[in-house]
Amino acid sequence: MRHQRIWLVVAMLVLAACNRVDPSYSGIDVTGAKFGKDFRLVDPDGRVRTLADFRGKVVMLFFGFTQCPDVCPTALLRAAEVRKRLGAEGSNLQVIFITIDPERDTAALMREYTVAFDPSFIGLRTDLEGTRKVADDFNVYFEKIPTGKSYTMDHSAFSYVFDAQGRLRLVVRDDLSVDQVLADIRTIMKFSPSA
Amino acid sequence: MNRLILASLISLATVSSAYAQVTVKDPWVRATVPAQKTTGAFMQLSAAADSRLVAVRSSVADMVEIHAMTMSGNVMRMRAVSGVDLPAGKPVDIEPDGFHIMLMGLKKQVKEGDTVPITLVFAGKDGKRQSVEVKAIARPLSAAMGSGGDAGNMGH
Repeated sequence: MRHQRIWLVVAMLVLAACNRVDPSYSGIDVTGAKFGKDFRLVDPDGRVRTLADFRGKVVMLFFGFTQCPDVCPTALLRAAEVRKRLGAEGSNLQVIFITIDPERDTAALMREYTVAFDPSFIGLRTDLEGTRKVADDFNVYFEKIPTGKSYTMDHSAFSYVFDAQGRLRLVVRDDLSVDQVLADIRTIMKFSPSA
Repeated sequence: MNRLILASLISLATVSSAYAQVTVKDPWVRATVPAQKTTGAFMQLSAAADSRLVAVRSSVADMVEIHAMTMSGNVMRMRAVSGVDLPAGKPVDIEPDGFHIMLMGLKKQVKEGDTVPITLVFAGKDGKRQSVEVKAIARPLSAAMGSGGDAGNMGH
């Protein structure tokens, strides 16, 4: 009798798990993470922007700097390609580039730079203290490194994907392909519709 | 027959920037937006005899540095280096995700299609220095990485 009850419970659990159909991702599923809750930054028009401004859209954000030779243009190019391949649904994806080098990445430069990849992309910045805070909030490592007569920035190269309700869902490595990121974004859109 | 091969070798050598020891293939820079003061230059170097790229100059920038980019875990790191070794017969890519040349303090915007003069200084094993002038073509800011392979994207 007792055995039967246990098996019934097991069967119910298996059925429940099947019903949920956990989608699989190429990015790291961080749903429910304590970090990356929000940001408070300034757009090139001088407006303060927070995550709530983009509610209803899937948001993919990336930390970098415009003097970055490889990882940043590659990540933005990948994002532009993903948005293009989403077709009509592309308008439901907001790509955000946050600079970790606000001393050199002025508002004007941020606008010109992001628009060169896709006119819909938004570049956000703030002062040095705020930059450190938002990076800490997202577990982003960055450090200013002196070179000969100038400096460069070391930084972690993850992209972060939020669903349309503003919940952080995925951390995406820089070496994932357009196809992999596209599939992940489609899955996020499907499993957390904006409406 | 030999003469034909020789003739085609000579014409190849004149297409790329020829130098007794080092051949420079596909030099390019990433175009910039107006407010941008820095960009990267990329190419492939092949040395006939062991040598080293020791300095780079360009009239379009206040300063030029050679940087090495590495990924450790998911952190991108860049360091200025004093030069790049060019082993004999082994092509070395000067590329965005490896050794690359940073043009810093740009005097004006680099537009797609511009040619940027770059002087490369090589040192042989005997310490003798020689300079090579190359003209790097500016590819779009949003150009995919790699040399040559994405030339088809440049059309528009």
